[in-house]
Amino acid sequence: MWEKLLRLDRRWIFVLVALSVLIPLLRPLGLPMRTTEPVLNLYTYIDTLKPHDKAVILVTDFDPSTMPELLPMAEAIMRHCFARKIPLILYGGMYPTFVGMAKMALSRVLPDFPDVKYGEDYVFLGYIPGTSLIILSMGESISKTFGNDYYGNKLDSLPLMQRVKNYDQVALVIDLSGSGTPVWWIIYGYQRYGVRVGCGTTAVSAAQYYPYLQTGQFVGMLGGLKGAAEYETLIERAGIPPGRKTASIGMDAQSIVHLMLIFLIILGNIGYFIVRRKR
Amino acid sequence: MRRTGPLVVAFIMGFAMIFQYFIPHPLSQKFYEIMVQQWLIIISIFLYLFGLRSFTLYHYHKVRRKKEGWYFSLIALLAALITVIIGFGTRRGPLFDKIYDYILAPLQATMFSLLAFFIASAAYRAFRARNLEATLLLVTATIVMLGRVPFGAFMWHKLPDVVEWILKYPNMAAQRGILIGVGLGMIATSMKIILGIERSYLGGE
Repeated sequence: MWEKLLRLDRRWIFVLVALSVLIPLLRPLGLPMRTTEPVLNLYTYIDTLKPHDKAVILVTDFDPSTMPELLPMAEAIMRHCFARKIPLILYGGMYPTFVGMAKMALSRVLPDFPDVKYGEDYVFLGYIPGTSLIILSMGESISKTFGNDYYGNKLDSLPLMQRVKNYDQVALVIDLSGSGTPVWWIIYGYQRYGVRVGCGTTAVSAAQYYPYLQTGQFVGMLGGLKGAAEYETLIERAGIPPGRKTASIGMDAQSIVHLMLIFLIILGNIGYFIVRRKR
Repeated sequence: MRRTGPLVVAFIMGFAMIFQYFIPHPLSQKFYEIMVQQWLIIISIFLYLFGLRSFTLYHYHKVRRKKEGWYFSLIALLAALITVIIGFGTRRGPLFDKIYDYILAPLQATMFSLLAFFIASAAYRAFRARNLEATLLLVTATIVMLGRVPFGAFMWHKLPDVVEWILKYPNMAAQRGILIGVGLGMIATSMKIILGIERSYLGGE
């Protein structure tokens, strides 16, 4: 019987995964969310910034493959900045396919903040080639590096960019990334120009950034869907419209899938030891 | 000369960038600004042209010689061509955005979502406590997986703290060791490239 179970057709496992995702999405469990220290640190850092003063640069260094984890982070941070009147520079990332993510997040958040004005409260920077060099170049002059914003306006003509010349007028850079780019911001942005850096990353990458959190090179970090859900909870508690709370809804599904995975691993191991003993 | 030229450029520019970092003279700053804001960005743009050339030639030859899976190459070429035409033709207009929102985004998201299914299947078949190391990995992974979801805290309120401890101490120590090793390796490799000892980046050999 165990041998048969160990050779279980993988399509049954696929069905189990699909159901574990679908059912909690259709009938959310509403499990309570506990805030972790890295998320709270990033939230508090942004929350204590002065309104209409130094800007926050939000970088969407991810494409649709990691969108479920990182897009809710972008939306939640944007909402936080708009609600607290913190000037926001949205940078569409270091590769061409990343810009669409910034645009998508913006289109979901803006309807809840009708008083936010383009050019004064936020600016959208598009894509230019150069990857890590862009980080260095922005330290000298943001306007000279990009020239125009995403919509083709001269950056120098926008009121916000007349105030924000380089990192000296930037309070924090937050890199939301599914790859190793947050480290580039530490090497080229923080170490060279002293701009503070925070990051949001996929759950699978989060573990590799703990050394940078301990040294204070990262102000804080949102790790995976859980990090996004925690941030959504924090802004909601502060009375900021959290939107659809896609990360929080997704956490229920993730809970069940993790439980299902653990069950499968335990079952697989029991079967493995029973079959091995028989042999 | 074909090999000496790039080696000389790498040597001069490598040392120039090292020296300018440690010498805060206005001349050094100006050099840095010109390098970073002009030269390097222009060079990066040319890299895209090389990439486009390689992409086109690779798929073109595959289609021409009717190699296995040539029709996928044809789709890749057509997709690239259509996207470029629409991008330039509409000046990145709504149609270009629709290609992103309704073709690229769902395709990429679907591909990545499939991982969940394969990870579940692989975990069931291959994640075995065969020896002490594998058992440690298995137990740690199980604790982290549980503690990183709300259900873990629901089961035992201290579980997220245990996970945070694992990430902050044992994980961080290992990560830091790896990072120091990688950093030293990067310095050694960079010096070998600047001094012309490491030449594989020139191709050929």
